[in-house]
Amino acid sequence: MTGPLVLGIETSCDETGVGIVRGRELLANVIASSMEEHARYGGVVPEVAARAHLEAIEPALQRALDEAGVRLADLDALAVTAGPGLAGALMVGIGAAKGLAAATGLPLYGVNHLIGHVGADLLRPPGEEPAPPLDEATVALLVSGGHTSLLLVRDLLDDVELLGETIDDAAGEAFDKVARLLGLPYPGGPEIDRAAKDGDPAAIRFPRGLTQPRDLERHRYDFSFSGLKTAVARWVEKADDEGRTLPVADVAASFREAVADVLIGKAVAACTDRGVPRLLLGGGVVANARVRRLAEERCAAAGVALRIPPLSLCTDNGAMIAAVGAGLVAAGRAPSGPAFGADSTLPVTEVLVP
Amino acid sequence: MLLAIDSSAGTAAAVVDGARGILAERAVADTLRHAEVVGELITAVLREAGVGVADLDAVAIGVGPGPFTGLRVGMAAGRAFALAAARPALGVVSHDAVAAAAYEADPSGELLVVTDARRRELYWSRYRGLDAAGLPIRDEGPALARPADVPARERRIDATAVPAGMLGLVAERVLAAGRAPAPVVPLYLRSPDVTLSAPKRVS
Repeated sequence: MTGPLVLGIETSCDETGVGIVRGRELLANVIASSMEEHARYGGVVPEVAARAHLEAIEPALQRALDEAGVRLADLDALAVTAGPGLAGALMVGIGAAKGLAAATGLPLYGVNHLIGHVGADLLRPPGEEPAPPLDEATVALLVSGGHTSLLLVRDLLDDVELLGETIDDAAGEAFDKVARLLGLPYPGGPEIDRAAKDGDPAAIRFPRGLTQPRDLERHRYDFSFSGLKTAVARWVEKADDEGRTLPVADVAASFREAVADVLIGKAVAACTDRGVPRLLLGGGVVANARVRRLAEERCAAAGVALRIPPLSLCTDNGAMIAAVGAGLVAAGRAPSGPAFGADSTLPVTEVLVP
Repeated sequence: MLLAIDSSAGTAAAVVDGARGILAERAVADTLRHAEVVGELITAVLREAGVGVADLDAVAIGVGPGPFTGLRVGMAAGRAFALAAARPALGVVSHDAVAAAAYEADPSGELLVVTDARRRELYWSRYRGLDAAGLPIRDEGPALARPADVPARERRIDATAVPAGMLGLVAERVLAAGRAPAPVVPLYLRSPDVTLSAPKRVS
C-alpha cells in the first residue's frame, strides 16, 4: 500500500500529538499528554494545556520522525488541526506547523479535528490488514472530553453533515464532574468505569437528556448531560443528608448507563432514520467499556455494522490529522493558504480551512 | 547568518548577518494574529534577503516576556523551523532587543524597557548600558509589576514592538562573544490563571 507521506500535528486540547502516515498506513503516532497536570483542577485548564504543548511539540516531532524512520525531506505534505478546540492550544500546533512549512517548503493543510476522528479508522500499522475504506455513507458518533457530535459522513472530504451535538456539557466532561461528586480522581471516565464494575446499572433511574417526545421534536440528535450531572449531584446530596453510605458502585453504574443509553440510542436511531446501517465511534469516551458494549449489542440488534478504531487512534492524536491530510493530497486538493489561523468553533462541514 | 523571530508583542521576523547587519526585516503589529502571519513573515524575510535555509547558522527566538498566547506562536514556529533546518535555536530575552535598539541611537546611561503584560500590569527590565561586546547589560528584570510599582527612571521606553532584526543581532553578538545564549524557554512571569473551586450543592 502506498500513498502520500504526511506528518500531522494535533494540539486542540490536552494532548500533543504528532503522527506520520503513508496513505492509510500508520508509521508513527506519538502522543504527549498533559492530563496529569490538569488532575488537581478536575478538568483541562486551557493555559496549562497550551504551556505543555510548547514544551512537548519539538520532542514529539523528533520522536515521530525517528519512529517512522523518515526525514522531513521525504514528506509530501504537513497537516495540522486548525479547529475546533482550545484557541491558545491550537495556535501552538499551527505555529509549529508553519515553522516546519517555512523551513521545508512543504504544503500545509489546516484540517478539522472532528473529521480527523473519523479518518482515524482508515489507519492501520504496516503489516496489519488494511482498514476497510470509508466509501459508503456512515454515521459517526464522536465523544470526548470536549466534543459530543453525531455526524452523517457521506464522503469524508466532501460531504459531512452535523446531525446533532451536545447543547451543554460534553459526555467526557460529565464523567469528570460526576467522578468528582463521587470522590473519584480525574480523568473520570476510567475511574467511573472501574467503580461501576460491581454496581447495578438499574439501581437508580437517572434522566436521559433530550429523549422526551417534546425534546425529540427539536433535538432529535442533540445531547444534554448537564441535567444528568445535576440529578446525580442531588441524589448524592440526599444520601449524604440522610446519613446513608453512598453506594458508589451503583451510582457510577447507573450514571454510566444513562450516558451510554442516550449516546448509543441516538446514534442507532440516526442509522435507522437515515437508512445508513453503518456506525463509527471515535473520541476518548470510546475507551469506556459500557459504551462499547452497548454499541455492540444495539448495533447487532438493529443490523448496523459497527466500527471502532484502535484505542490509541480514538483519543486525540496527530496520526488522524495526517490521515485527513493524506486523503486531501491524494485527492489533489490545494493546501490551505498561508494566512489561516486557529478556529476554535470550526464547523464540521469545513474539512480543510482555506 | 541567523533567522530571528519574535512574537512577544506583535509578530516580527528578520534575517541578520554578524558582518552585514540586518538583511531583511518584517513585522505585523497586530497582537491578535500571530498564528495567521508567522509563516508568511518567515518566508518573506528569507526571500527578501535572498537566503536559503541551508545558509543559516541558527535561529534566534525571542523568549519574552510577553502575553502567553502570542509568545508561544513565534516560539513554536522558531523551534520547529530550527528542527527542520537542523540548526540550533538560541533564546534572546525580548527586552534586550528593545534596549539594544535604543542604545544604537544613544549608547549611554541607564534605561528602563517596559512592555504591556495585559491585566493592568507591565513587564519591565532595567539596563545600565552596553558592554564591550555591544550587548545591553541588564541589571534587573525582566519582571512583572503593577504600573505604580515599576521603578522610575529618566530614560524609559514603553515598547509596543520588539525589533526582530536587533534581536537577531543581539544573538549574533552573544555568539561572537562566546557566551551562552538564553534558554529557549518562555518568560511568562505569571502562573496559569486557575482557581480550585469546591463543588457546590445543587439542592
